[in-house]
Amino acid sequence: MSGASALEVIAAGPMTTVQDAGRFGHADLGVGRSGAADADSYARANRLLANPPGAAVLETTMGGLRVRARGPVTVAVTGAPVALSVDGRGAATEAVLHLPDGAELVMGLPDRGLRSYLAVRGGVDVRPVLGSRSTDVLAGLGPDLPVPGTVLPVGPPPRDFPIVDHVCAAPVSGDRITLRVDLGPRQDWFTDRALDTLLSGEYEVTPRSDRVGARLSGPALERSYAGELPSEGMVAGALQVPPGGEPVLFLADHPVTGGYPVVAVVRSADLPRAAQARPGTRIRFTARTRP
Amino acid sequence: MRVLKCADTGVLVEVADLAEVVALRAALAERPPPGVTDVVPAARTLLLRVEPGTDTDRVAAAVADLPVGAGDRGGGGGTVTIPVHYDGADLADVAELTGLTPRGVVAAHTAAHWTVAFCGFAPGFGYMVGDDPRLHVPRRGEARTRVPAGSVALAGEFTGVYPRNSPGGWQLLGRTEARIWDLDRDPPGLLRPGVRVRFTEAS
Repeated sequence: MSGASALEVIAAGPMTTVQDAGRFGHADLGVGRSGAADADSYARANRLLANPPGAAVLETTMGGLRVRARGPVTVAVTGAPVALSVDGRGAATEAVLHLPDGAELVMGLPDRGLRSYLAVRGGVDVRPVLGSRSTDVLAGLGPDLPVPGTVLPVGPPPRDFPIVDHVCAAPVSGDRITLRVDLGPRQDWFTDRALDTLLSGEYEVTPRSDRVGARLSGPALERSYAGELPSEGMVAGALQVPPGGEPVLFLADHPVTGGYPVVAVVRSADLPRAAQARPGTRIRFTARTRP
Repeated sequence: MRVLKCADTGVLVEVADLAEVVALRAALAERPPPGVTDVVPAARTLLLRVEPGTDTDRVAAAVADLPVGAGDRGGGGGTVTIPVHYDGADLADVAELTGLTPRGVVAAHTAAHWTVAFCGFAPGFGYMVGDDPRLHVPRRGEARTRVPAGSVALAGEFTGVYPRNSPGGWQLLGRTEARIWDLDRDPPGLLRPGVRVRFTEAS
């Protein structure tokens, strides 16, 4: 569509991807869901702009994104709170921002949380792959990662108009968070002591974490026997336990199947907070029911 | 059949064997329980991913009530023929493991009737099961860091074709030029659950 607006990437920060609600219905081809890691912040960014729920946005990890408006655009930044400026003037996150043609939006580093979302009214209109504009970093599917010079087309504006200027969002995770889990599906592969350890110990998010999963360090979880599990389907939120005993918390780009037992699964409502846990965050797991 | 919960996001159904996985997958494709967004078949299980808020007890009950055709190996996905150059690095090892000659391995692999049971590992990687138990071999002791796209390989009860360059520990029999994964094709994967496969020797 000639004459349409676009966002030109000036700097991509440590890690910026295009994300939407994810890729559904292709798991039987070995294709995972992917999609925005913090689904709540993603959805809120689109709601602020009256975008349809599946519109594509930019997901940054530790900020650092700079974009220039090509044509006037309306944007919103949500998620991990970052210092924001438009042409050098401070601007608010969790708010509707109008960028005139040529304006430059600069995102700083978040002081808490990990992932911020830049949505644009009309959505990032790159070509979908298997029905989604999400980049799955594990499967190598979806749009290329934006780099300086990338021009991201913006879709036509939706019919609805934003009805609020800003929202009061719950703060994203701090240095310590508690995530609710349900034990299983392979809790019987672990000793009772391991289950107690999981629910009483503290785990730290390591720097070896990405969109695939948060790799945790903490007390090892002891297996009750050393059999081999045939590979089986995995869900986001699964706490998969490799032979070393330290769990990996699967996030949006987790593998479709995995061969290590899953001791417990984080409830879906808590997954956005899990996705905002930066390296160094200490996590406790609580379960509603004990074994 | 045993049904295990994955919090509020999935239901993992454990069955007796791969034949039952294939049959239950076919039954779920016919009658998907409400709220199920994705079905992930694997070697002994099927994972049903559900929309948030779905009553997973109800999903579990619906699965238990599905009419599953006993002994049905699925199919219904058509048949594809894959020409293979049987010059793989592990052909001699496979011959030794199976007690066949290398030519005997090729003869057995091309004579067998294969069916894609499930996909995983990478987009488009189909785990195919066949009807010749002589071809069951263990994985290699050490995985290769790079297996070229198109490699045709054996491991356990399965044969597979690597859709793209990746690490891998399967025994390499040969290679094919067939396009296993092509995003410009709908569907992109040649080897989908239920597809029947014959391998032929490429000239």
